[in-house]
Amino acid sequence: MSGGFISRGFRGRRRRTEGDDRVPPGQYLVEGFPVLSAGPTPHTPLTEWSFAIEGEVDESRTWSWEEFRTLPSEEITRDIHCVTKWSKLETTWEGVSVDALLDGVDTAAEYVVAFADGGYTTNLPLEEVTGGKAWVAHTYEGEPLAPEHGGPARLLVPHLYFWKSAKWVRGLRLVTEDEPGFWESLGYHNQGDPWREQRYWGD
Amino acid sequence: MDEHRLDGNAAAGVLAEIFTFEITTARAACAHCGATGEVGAQMAYVSEIGTVVRCSACDNALIRVVRQDDGPQRYWLDLKGVEYLQLRERL
Amino acid sequence: MAEAPRKLAWCIAEVVETSPDTSRTKSLFLEIPGWEGHRAGQHIDVRLTAEDGYQAQRSYSIASAPEDGRVELLVERLDDGEVSPYLTDELRAGDGLELRGPIGGWFAWEAREGGPLLLVAGGSGIAPLMAMIRHRQAAGNDTPVRLLFSSRSYEGIIFRDELERLATGDETLEIIHTLTRSAPPGWEGYDRRIDEEMLGEVAFSPDERPLTYICGPTPLVETVATDLVGLGHEPARVKTERFGPTGG
Repeated sequence: MSGGFISRGFRGRRRRTEGDDRVPPGQYLVEGFPVLSAGPTPHTPLTEWSFAIEGEVDESRTWSWEEFRTLPSEEITRDIHCVTKWSKLETTWEGVSVDALLDGVDTAAEYVVAFADGGYTTNLPLEEVTGGKAWVAHTYEGEPLAPEHGGPARLLVPHLYFWKSAKWVRGLRLVTEDEPGFWESLGYHNQGDPWREQRYWGD
Repeated sequence: MDEHRLDGNAAAGVLAEIFTFEITTARAACAHCGATGEVGAQMAYVSEIGTVVRCSACDNALIRVVRQDDGPQRYWLDLKGVEYLQLRERL
Repeated sequence: MAEAPRKLAWCIAEVVETSPDTSRTKSLFLEIPGWEGHRAGQHIDVRLTAEDGYQAQRSYSIASAPEDGRVELLVERLDDGEVSPYLTDELRAGDGLELRGPIGGWFAWEAREGGPLLLVAGGSGIAPLMAMIRHRQAAGNDTPVRLLFSSRSYEGIIFRDELERLATGDETLEIIHTLTRSAPPGWEGYDRRIDEEMLGEVAFSPDERPLTYICGPTPLVETVATDLVGLGHEPARVKTERFGPTGG
């Protein structure tokens, strides 16, 4: 790191978090909602948007935007944690639970790959996106999710580092063998549990 | 216009931690569309999670870099997106 | 003969002087140990570290010419910024500043590359282009240069007096200002955002094959680059340095 040099008088913008049980190790609270980009912001028109469940399933299913928005939506309030160390508490979302999207799906798959516009992927065990742990979110703080934050819809898996909450998500592919995604194949931890500080390979 | 994309030159800092040759003036051939051009002329997405240099013709990820600062400092470098990098001597 | 490859490393520079320019900008003059020089247009990465180890890093273009004795950074204070208010409000002569550089050989110009040279700046985007202008001056070079400089107001024109001084008596250096928010009474210059019509009037003709460097906030840079190519300029001879949405 910096070899010990301290910039006299520099404090930075974030709020300190000592003694706060809700903030995982190594994280700090931030006021805005930082945007980290790995590629251009997609702008898929809603008339062309679809969400798919495919792969190791008897029958793939897809929803158009209209169909997706008729599915039951939940309000979700959760803390979120980015591997780059910022955390935000009590973020509010609305979305369709992945349980609802997988309802009735028969599969032997143990893993999913979430895929998104622009080619981004992230991988998770199926059990990490079921049982009330994951949603496809379309609304943030009462407003339609902005494109730079993943709109029209992003995966939301708040119990893991936020790179797993794939922006611009277009579907989940169920697979029998784990397939490391965009960041998982380049150093980031396959699981990504913030409470065990699983940031990088070998953590 | 994408507000979060910068010129390839913006990736020069992190790439200079890995390459000792000047990278922004290196000529890259995109493995996806075949376009060639200087790395500086491509698009760079730079943030704390990692740096991605994308082909300005087709958005293919040419170069990806992740750096771990805590603990064992490590870099992960993905060059699958380029057919080759032609490194130049300084003018 | 290839130069021996150098590894880019962080070092602690000493702030020798700080000097306000406009009400929102300040120049930092630095002594950098082991500094081997730079090319006009290159930048430096600055890293700030708080006592608990928290770090923030930003890039700043070098505004000084390679021929100048000290390295000058031009910092614009962004009100909601994390780094720039520290650099403009807190940092003082005698302080250390951790940095590394020079970085980025692609967006650089040396006098021997010739021209003519078209420089387009938006606000603090003038910094790397100022290095090119100062370098040209120090090298005694007469490559024709036109600088199209967009600022919000007359009082906000960065390096205004120095630019005027350099242009006076040098017919090969032309400076064209445009003011986008307010203009002084009697102002006869451009008073709007740069557009294709303005570029058509100001830029060298594409037949002259100028080398073009555009620097500033991303919206300005992208608009100007697109307009110039639309006017017939070769994309390979147009280089851009986007500062991002906030301008740096």
